[in-house]
Amino acid sequence: MLKRPSYIVVCLIVLLTLIILNLPSHTKGRLKLGIGSLFLPLLGLAGSSQHLAGAALDRVMPRGELLQQNEALRQENQGLRFKVMEAGALERENARLRQLLGWQAQQPHNYKLANVVLRDPSNWWRSIQIDLGSRDSMSLNLPVLSPEGALVGRISSVGLTRSQVVLLGDPNCHVAALVENESRDNGVIGASGPVDSGFVELGYLSRNADLKPGQLVRTSGLGGIFPKGILVGQIVDAQPIEYGFGAVARVKLAANLNALEEVWVIVQP
Amino acid sequence: MNWLDTILILGAAFLAVFWEAAFGGMHRLLGAQIDFLPPLMVYAGLRAGLPTIALLAAWGGLCLDSLSATPLGISVAPLLIVGLAAYSSRELVLRDQTFAQAVLGLAGGAGVPMLTLLLLLTTGHKPLLGWGTLWQLAVTSAGGALLTPPCFILFDWLHRSLAHGGAAENSFRADREIRRGRGAV
Repeated sequence: MLKRPSYIVVCLIVLLTLIILNLPSHTKGRLKLGIGSLFLPLLGLAGSSQHLAGAALDRVMPRGELLQQNEALRQENQGLRFKVMEAGALERENARLRQLLGWQAQQPHNYKLANVVLRDPSNWWRSIQIDLGSRDSMSLNLPVLSPEGALVGRISSVGLTRSQVVLLGDPNCHVAALVENESRDNGVIGASGPVDSGFVELGYLSRNADLKPGQLVRTSGLGGIFPKGILVGQIVDAQPIEYGFGAVARVKLAANLNALEEVWVIVQP
Repeated sequence: MNWLDTILILGAAFLAVFWEAAFGGMHRLLGAQIDFLPPLMVYAGLRAGLPTIALLAAWGGLCLDSLSATPLGISVAPLLIVGLAAYSSRELVLRDQTFAQAVLGLAGGAGVPMLTLLLLLTTGHKPLLGWGTLWQLAVTSAGGALLTPPCFILFDWLHRSLAHGGAAENSFRADREIRRGRGAV
């Protein structure tokens, strides 16, 4: 039969769980970050082992291949320098025109590169953790982009050295978006299916929306969290809902959320 | 079972949660992450005492929730319920049989996510749900069935290797003693 100390331990654990579940969300968040920080030594170990593996691979790479890569990067660098010059000229022209029209000048964004260190271990959410925290001036709701510049999600909680990012398709990540077509249809990117993370739903579209496969979807800037014009993906198909009073479209995401290793965080200018 | 076994089980839970969060290959391949905690809980339920089961549920659940978007503490109750169910039926099942272990792992692998989902919905959260959830449940159940027997093999081996072996029984019996001397008949 059960001994008395066993009962006491079980009761204590149940009590502890009930207390944790009923803590204020702020305290719960802090406790969560505290427990999560126990994994920091393992994260460091995993990072250094990856670094060692990378260094070992670098050593065995043939010289010819390195030279080939070097030449390709040199050519790409030249092309990018030319584009930067062009962009600089366009920027100056844009500023001049804005001044002539009396428009407020847009502040350029600052970007910070972050490494993806962990993924959500449960199947109920779509989130990742990055290695930038409050000491790197991260704050809630900062937009996160893929290395190619496509939208990935937003920061949902911030610790000292790590932050959690809710990805597109998560039930807690809604993005105001517009379709690049004649009518500039507005909608909201919502949750996706639990298995396929490459597609999301664009809902709240008008019934007259002129949607065609291949049309690009970008952030609309409404809501104030995501800046306007960030690429989200492209329309795959659309169908009417609510007896034809609205429409919903399936959007193929431009960012591969399963293969994220580094991301850009847009910090306040 | 002694405290060393408990520490080993808790250490394994910690590493298992880290592995699930750090290596997403399984999620990419199967569309669902296999959870290592239900097999560990089935093992603890069949081999360990109640304090170990309760500690594993609390420690494993809190570690899992700390790396996930799940509210902190939600995963504790499902693990505890599965552990207590295994514990209460340990005398009725052939717990040394691989098939029995696999079946209990299958039940644990299905039970923990379903109870977690129930708790999430009850507390007003909106997790990712759809027809794909059925596939995810099938994957986690199959993962539980596959991982539970190796769990028993590994921890039984660790127990034999690290724990102090019991003293061998003495063949001496007081009623079989031959008394010699003057008083002997």
